Amino acid sequence: MDSQPLDLKLIGDIIERFQKKKGTLIPLLQAIQEAYGYIPKETVNLVSKALKIFPVQIYEVLTFYAQFRLTPRGKHTLKVCLGTACHVMGGKDICDYLASQLEVKPGGTTEDGMFTLERVACVGCCGMAPVLVMDEQPFGDCTIQQSIELVEKYRAS
Amino acid sequence: MENAAVKVLICEGTSGVSAGAREVLKAFGVELARFNIDKAEIISTGDRGLFRDVLVDIITPKLGRITYDFITPEKVPQIVEEHIKGNIPVKKFLAGKQYKEFFSGQERITLQNCGEIDPENLEEYLANKGYQGLKRALGEMSPQQVIDEVKKSGIRGRGGAGFPTGLKWSFCLGNPSDQKYMVCNADEGDPGAFMDRSVLEGDPQAVLEGMAIGGYAIGASNGYIYCRAEYPLAIRRLKISIDQAVKDGYLGDNILGSDFSFHITIKEGAGAFVCGEETALLASIEGFRGMPRSRPPFPAQKGLWEHPTTINNVETLANIPQIILKGGDWYASVGTESSKGTKVFALAGKVKNTGLVEVPMGTTIRDLVFGPGGGMLKKKIPFKAVQLGGPSGGCLPADLLDTPIDYESVNETGAIMGSGGMVVMDQSTCMVDMAKFFTAFTVEESCGKCVPCRIGLNRMLEVLTRITEGEGKEGDIEFLERMANSIKATALCGLGNTAPNPVLTTIRYFRDEYEAHIREKRCPAHVCPNLVKFDVIEDRCSKCGKCFKACPVDAIAWEKKTFPIIDKEKCIRCRSCINECDQMAIE
Ligand SMILES: Cc1cc2nc3c(=O)[nH]c(=O)nc-3n(C[C@H](O)[C@H](O)[C@H](O)COP(=O)(O)O)c2cc1C
Ligand code: FES
Repeated sequence: MDSQPLDLKLIGDIIERFQKKKGTLIPLLQAIQEAYGYIPKETVNLVSKALKIFPVQIYEVLTFYAQFRLTPRGKHTLKVCLGTACHVMGGKDICDYLASQLEVKPGGTTEDGMFTLERVACVGCCGMAPVLVMDEQPFGDCTIQQSIELVEKYRAS
Repeated sequence: MENAAVKVLICEGTSGVSAGAREVLKAFGVELARFNIDKAEIISTGDRGLFRDVLVDIITPKLGRITYDFITPEKVPQIVEEHIKGNIPVKKFLAGKQYKEFFSGQERITLQNCGEIDPENLEEYLANKGYQGLKRALGEMSPQQVIDEVKKSGIRGRGGAGFPTGLKWSFCLGNPSDQKYMVCNADEGDPGAFMDRSVLEGDPQAVLEGMAIGGYAIGASNGYIYCRAEYPLAIRRLKISIDQAVKDGYLGDNILGSDFSFHITIKEGAGAFVCGEETALLASIEGFRGMPRSRPPFPAQKGLWEHPTTINNVETLANIPQIILKGGDWYASVGTESSKGTKVFALAGKVKNTGLVEVPMGTTIRDLVFGPGGGMLKKKIPFKAVQLGGPSGGCLPADLLDTPIDYESVNETGAIMGSGGMVVMDQSTCMVDMAKFFTAFTVEESCGKCVPCRIGLNRMLEVLTRITEGEGKEGDIEFLERMANSIKATALCGLGNTAPNPVLTTIRYFRDEYEAHIREKRCPAHVCPNLVKFDVIEDRCSKCGKCFKACPVDAIAWEKKTFPIIDKEKCIRCRSCINECDQMAIE
């Protein structure tokens, strides 16, 4: 979906903001992801030059942490919690069901670019398990039926 | 003016928000304006701990403090009109039996401010004796005296291992260096635990004060908080709190006019369980992959950027200000001989009341689950197990319910105290599936540095997967036990050393369930998809129709007072009906 050229001015500002700090690589990458929604390949090369480290040292970090994404996200990110409490309360069933209905594997984005389906291990709402998080908004005590209603609601809006 | 000092306190932590606290807050704003009550203050607090609930406290000069529970926006107009305007509490909305059940038997030290004060307002923290501990430490005590007081309290680290905090600090004090660091571990990796999140959201200043006292004791002028990125609200409140504390001179340079300076920086984690392990956490702060390394050297010798460093958990630190203020003896008077003070548990799973429960050490698991927990969620489905300690812990059966919660007693069972996650399971939870779940988690989170953890756990997962798919063989259980014990003995870090615990405890206490899967190709809990037939057990069925309503593909036919019939052609095996059933009547 994403065919617009990257706005490279953003990255220049971010690098400048973080360049001089100690242990800066992870916060810098987090800021890039916040600005672009993912880590575009072009930015890795720029960071590599600015911090004087090899791209492989950046990829090493990017692939280690679950948070970083190397591909663009859908319009909405739907996270299904698969922490212990949510697992016990049926979170996995919801995840499997959503994956089959949206025709994506967890981690993937629907073909229309609407939803990225992700698994997370606990969002700290275990008391209301099973929990879904649509964008930043948590939804507790979810059932399979409610999960698909939620998707339809966001698809329509 | 009557309503001069009206305060409306609304629990608005993550759990409150997902229960609808924001809408309630808005409704109060609208209604107070509608009744022209302009002197009332709406305060959003952290969560008090009871989930699925929006708690609202109303403080008026005439009536004092009154608590309502399960508040929805629709109830707000009546409360404003009758209670705030008319000074007559709305009886039918008052916090009732469940609220009392949940809070009785609790003793709140760590959580004393959670849900009670506005976490984004330093004034309120100060009004509750905030920063008095730091003041006392800086004004009256030497670093050694602070450490002695903490030693006297007997507090042990709440992050999992239970290492005595005073002793840990003394190691760091004993290593002179021009630069030292105090690090707060707020990674809360155990999936199914939320104590640290609630403390950070509900009482962030206590954690900051604890860090500052620790910094003074070990001789550090810089601190880091390593917080999971999944906790945006906690991070936001920490940032606000740091700014306020610096502005008022409780953090920063020359704190309270002394020559002690302490600066705190927040680092957001990036989603890796192993980063909760202290050496991996330090590597991550330095900007690298979060790979653990072998110890020694311990962080107290060579930690962050090679400088002596102390790492403490959020809950540990939140207790420190009170220990310094009220004295180590006071803290040590709570708890058992070897485990002092209280412990916060995140109670979740198949239990009626879920939420944060703080009890004195030594309380039994039964008293917790059936006291504040209120017993099982579904009356007809009995208790099976309780999981303690997350992926490093274990599942304990009903006959261990009377185990007192202290470090030694819990360790003896094969589980660990862990950070405080407590997930209750009933007969509809499959123990083999749980073992598989945790093993899959640790396989995914293993950093891959050492062979036992990287390959051994994978081999265990393969076998567990086979068993749950109905392809188990004789000898599988013995293989799992052998592999588990060798991983425990040889893995590099705590993740690998403890990762086999869920498998070992489920085999130890629920071996018959493994055998049912392997020999009879049967899942007694009706969980493992290949072993569920989706048949209705008529002896158990109450004909309630919940399964019919839950089915997303209309594969269930049902009418009042009849048994449901499942159309297996249409059925997509999503297990909606099984999850909904209160009788375990679908197998
Ligand atoms: C795999 C692994 C994960 C851990 N995760 C956490 C965590 O999420 N939070 C935490 O406070 N401690 C965690 N720990 C324990 C820390 O290594 C460390 O012992 C603790 O933060 C020390 O603080 P305390 O003495 O106050 O408990 C973890 C340990 C291991 C081995
Ligand atoms: S396990 Fe899902 S929110 Fe904690």
